[in-house]
Amino acid sequence: MIDKKNIIRLGLILLVLAVLTILNNTMGKYEIRILNLAGIYIILGLSLNVINGFTGLFSLGHAGFMAIGAYTSSLLTMSVIQKESNFFVEPIVPWLANVQIGFLPALLFGGILAAVLGAMIAAPILKLTDDYLAIATLGFSEIIRVIFTNTQSLTNGALGIKGLTRYTTVHYTWGIAILTILFMFSLRKSSYGKALMAIREDQTAAEAMGINLFKHKLLAFTIGSFFAGIGGGLLAHLMGTIDPLMFRFLLTFNVLLIVVLGGIGSISGTVISAIVVTIMLEWLRFLDGVIDLGFMTIQGIPGLRMVLFSLLLMVVIIFKQNGLMGRDEITIDSLGGFFARFRKKEA
Amino acid sequence: MSINTFFQHLSNGLALGSLYALIAIGYTMVYGILRLINFAHGEIFMISTYVVFYGVSIFYLPWWVSIIVAIVITGLLGIIVERAAYRPLRNSPRISVMISAIGASFLIQNLAIVIFGGRPKSFPIPDYFNTVIQVQGVSVPIVNFFIPVITLVALVILIYIIEKTKTGMAMRAVSRDYETARLMGISVDNIVSITFGLGSLMAAIGGVMWGLKYPNLIPLIGLMPGLKAFIAAVIGGIGNIKGAVLGGFLLGMTEIMIIASLPNVTGYRDAFAFILLIGILIYKPSGLLGQDIGEKV
Repeated sequence: MIDKKNIIRLGLILLVLAVLTILNNTMGKYEIRILNLAGIYIILGLSLNVINGFTGLFSLGHAGFMAIGAYTSSLLTMSVIQKESNFFVEPIVPWLANVQIGFLPALLFGGILAAVLGAMIAAPILKLTDDYLAIATLGFSEIIRVIFTNTQSLTNGALGIKGLTRYTTVHYTWGIAILTILFMFSLRKSSYGKALMAIREDQTAAEAMGINLFKHKLLAFTIGSFFAGIGGGLLAHLMGTIDPLMFRFLLTFNVLLIVVLGGIGSISGTVISAIVVTIMLEWLRFLDGVIDLGFMTIQGIPGLRMVLFSLLLMVVIIFKQNGLMGRDEITIDSLGGFFARFRKKEA
Repeated sequence: MSINTFFQHLSNGLALGSLYALIAIGYTMVYGILRLINFAHGEIFMISTYVVFYGVSIFYLPWWVSIIVAIVITGLLGIIVERAAYRPLRNSPRISVMISAIGASFLIQNLAIVIFGGRPKSFPIPDYFNTVIQVQGVSVPIVNFFIPVITLVALVILIYIIEKTKTGMAMRAVSRDYETARLMGISVDNIVSITFGLGSLMAAIGGVMWGLKYPNLIPLIGLMPGLKAFIAAVIGGIGNIKGAVLGGFLLGMTEIMIIASLPNVTGYRDAFAFILLIGILIYKPSGLLGQDIGEKV
């Protein structure tokens, strides 16, 4: 017998896809761009959530993994001519000069490379705890950025890569976002996910129960960096331009903000807050520019937007540490309960 | 490298090392007491340079007055940050406190962009500090002598406070055992405030001298020196003030020397400190002068 819940799940996904298709066909260019960004931030938020939320490790290195994914996939999708016009200071390394593959394989490749490097980076530092791990991962992401700034013939250095073909569409971003959400739910249900959460609750107890700490933490980092790499690749092909400055700590901050606001450890919370934060980040852009009220204009002040967001982060962490959802999820059961209550009230 | 340029680099390394050391003290003192990386410390350091700039060029205060004002304001700011961002989370998981610290750091940094503007400003340097003196054919800017001397004086005063005064004793007690110190009648909250204040004072002294040496002010200048000073504190053994000073000098000196002797790795300058950090964390997490503390169950 087919599970009733699975049918509802499938129905929900189809509903989301239908809404997205309608939005994709009716909205303007700018709105579609925000829609794409929201999808990408869902992937990024969920990927950080595996490390920070499920496993309770504190990683601040997300921008580095995104950079690896972004650069790898960009270098793979660029045509020979695009490469020639970008690498005018120093020619590109010969083994990359004539390579061009499709967008999806390039994304996948970027994700895999980010995952491999993520695992290699994490392996020696996993025994560190809390803040030490945070600062070490931050250090690695800065090292990656500095390397990318200086390897002129591989990444075009500080000039960055311009004029990428904008392959990223709503189908790609939201398709991958939905796959990521499904993956996260099934990961959490699996024995691996349970082991990760056991580590989060009490590392020593988890170890005593026979959970291999190193193996599972490494797994969390590998999964997290894989999806970060994919997100980075999508972001690169949405923007059309990448340069090392894009992958500063600020990018990690944005993703961290999403995870904290949504509730560290909650999948649905992360998804909701990814959408809300992306829209707010774009919508509040007027604070940095000129505010036109019709009868008068107020000169916006650069930086005000980020003041608001850092205040928001602090207020949430101080007054409502669990964020939007805590560790709860919006599931079909809880939705059903919600509607049942709703119906009772009406009756 | 000729012997003359070597001495020039040596004096530069000494000056940079002193600055790292002064900032590192703030990190290490706070970590010693609260087991917390005060991410906003680099930003507090940045504010001190701006206060001097505004004091001199907008309010036309004499140079030494604006320095005193800067040191006082920065000290207060450190105390305010602790009150607002860390005290409400005293009993929360460490990750929450850390997120709050990152939030505070971004908040101050962006407030600085809003208030001071993103355009670079030039730190006002009195003519006296602009002179370059010749010692045995080696030309050295006078700030390179001035910075280590002031650093040394500040250090001696700080260590006197910590080792000899009652407040210092209370600080050491709190850092050794928080709960017991409270039971012994020490007002932990006050001691924490004093620690933040003292650490920020040191950062302010560092900030003023940073301006003398690197007069280009932007709101982001706190970021890299802050991170590097933290790395210096880890190298020396976090929680240990003498270790922070040692780490600061080591980091400043090696940074300058590596760039001087290998000019083609200049671009990797910022990566170098982080590589050192990760090496130390992997092979000797307790740092050079720190004590090894086992895992408590």
